[in-house]
Amino acid sequence: MAGFLLRRLVNYVVLALVATFLAFTLASATFDPIGVLQQRNPPPPAASIEAKKRDLHLDQPIPQRFVTWMGGVVQGDFGRTITDRPITDELGRRVGVSLRLFLLGITIGILFGVLLGVVSAIRQYKFSDYFATLFSFVLLSTPVFVLGTLLKMGAQGINDSIGTNVLIFVGETTPGFQGNWFEHLGDRLQHLIVPTLAIALGQIAYYSRYQRSSMLDVLGSDFLRTAQAKGLTRRKALFKHGLRTALIPMATLFAFGFGLLVVGGTFTERIFGWFGMGDWLVTGISAQDTNITATVTLFVAVCVLFSGWLADVLYAALDPRIRVN
Amino acid sequence: MTVILNEGDSAGTTGAASGSPVDAAPEPGKAMTRGRLVLIRFARNKLALVGLVLIVAMYLMAFVGPFLTKWSYDQQDYTAFLEPPYSEHIFGTDKIGTDMFALTMRGLQKSLIIGLLVALISTTVAAIVGAAAGYFLGVADKALMWVVDLLLVLPSFLIIAILSPWFRGKSWFLLVLMLAAFQWMITARIVRGMTLTLKEREFVKAAKFMGQPARKIIAKHIVPNMASLLIIDATINVGSAVLAETGLSYFGFGVQSPDVSLGTLIGLNAESATTFPWLFLFPAGFLVVFVLAVNWVGDGLRDALDPTSTRVRRKEKKDTKEKAA
Repeated sequence: MAGFLLRRLVNYVVLALVATFLAFTLASATFDPIGVLQQRNPPPPAASIEAKKRDLHLDQPIPQRFVTWMGGVVQGDFGRTITDRPITDELGRRVGVSLRLFLLGITIGILFGVLLGVVSAIRQYKFSDYFATLFSFVLLSTPVFVLGTLLKMGAQGINDSIGTNVLIFVGETTPGFQGNWFEHLGDRLQHLIVPTLAIALGQIAYYSRYQRSSMLDVLGSDFLRTAQAKGLTRRKALFKHGLRTALIPMATLFAFGFGLLVVGGTFTERIFGWFGMGDWLVTGISAQDTNITATVTLFVAVCVLFSGWLADVLYAALDPRIRVN
Repeated sequence: MTVILNEGDSAGTTGAASGSPVDAAPEPGKAMTRGRLVLIRFARNKLALVGLVLIVAMYLMAFVGPFLTKWSYDQQDYTAFLEPPYSEHIFGTDKIGTDMFALTMRGLQKSLIIGLLVALISTTVAAIVGAAAGYFLGVADKALMWVVDLLLVLPSFLIIAILSPWFRGKSWFLLVLMLAAFQWMITARIVRGMTLTLKEREFVKAAKFMGQPARKIIAKHIVPNMASLLIIDATINVGSAVLAETGLSYFGFGVQSPDVSLGTLIGLNAESATTFPWLFLFPAGFLVVFVLAVNWVGDGLRDALDPTSTRVRRKEKKDTKEKAA
């Protein structure tokens, strides 16, 4: 068991390295930071352009640049932005902002998604099932940037009808907010609700569809009938035997889901003015900054792989056959 | 009436699976061909029919729509800035006085063309690569599996966004190629799995022993037997391609001006959605309704083409019971 998880972990570390290398190479090959610099008005002197080129190691071949950058990363130094600010200083704060959004979003998404899926499977072809199906179809067809903006409009409407700003949808805290930590918590919560909803709703829709069909497969199985025949109540049979089996294929989906989440998070952060990793990616690409782009890619890769690894652990916990092999 | 539900042998309407003995079933007297069966099943699904009508209507609208208004997308009405919808401009106008209906139609046209092209290209590539990988196994197969794994870590959104400075100012067709280049892998993996089982079937072996070259076996026996999967996949891919394109365009990483797509329109107007909702709601509405319609049709096709899907089987059992009674 420990060997299995360790092997997977090593596999994931290699994948993360390759992914980051690829992103770094692609970014270095397509970005033209000097071109951006030269377009400034008034144009900077040739000497400073030369200095910039040296600073960015543009005279070296790309693999060598990657090795230099990666060597820094291993020691906790993610390099500097084009505007010559250290990335490491900003990284911690941005990761915190993004993780708060992602973890809350995915937890709510998985919890309610699984619940919704199970309920619609058990009550198949009832009104609630049709309603849940329609709900997830509509949500799955609504991209995050539309959903986020619609939620923003909805929050504005609610605020207007109440008369105070209960749901705040700009930024993650009120700038210059004064108060004790409890009031701070309240302020953060007010900012958190609408963006979290934007992320969680899509996740709920996504997971509930798969949970529904995997639960339906289990519902028709023999072992569930046997469990009830030997005297378990329907509820106990469904949750102890049925749900556990139906969750197994879901475990691998969580890794997929996280990739979706990161992309969705980029839109959510931009729409609601959160300065997290997703926002940084867009800024980085717009500024043609290789170091920022590679750092965000590394973050995405680590997130996806960690959730993939977690999925493996879950898989092993749910399915005894994995543990034996 | 006997309905043959032969698992795994889901040939399209072409009758290409004539090598399989079981498929020769419907006698010429009875008009129940597989094509008709699929059509009847599809027509039974109300949502799928609604979706189909919507898709056809939207493609028609995208090309006929621009002629329905006297305003053109590049023409300004200096007497109407930021006007909400009224008789002269049925979708309102933006801040420089452009007719929103003309703009939305133009955006819709671009988004729908991109979606269709990407789906066609990516499904074709997926069929060829997946079948070849599954048939020959070996290095190509390993490479394919690995690339799919890598894509989970490095979302295609990220890669295309990184590459966007490179195709800025070039033809939008490059964007189509980029989107297609990253959409075929997961389908290819499914195709590979199906090829692995198909390759053991008698009709493939027979062809092989008769001396057919591998290229012909793949083209004549393996790919046609996955027609239903490919049709479903191509349909769903239209939706995901449109979502991917609009997502990239939202940030300015996709379709570039002077071209307009639903994504660029939504991206430009999302900020002002709370004050000037018509700028955002019309393009967003078209996007959501289109993707929703595609998903409905995809779902209906899956039920109609895939005999193993539970819903159809249950309904059919019920139907035959009712007929027997």
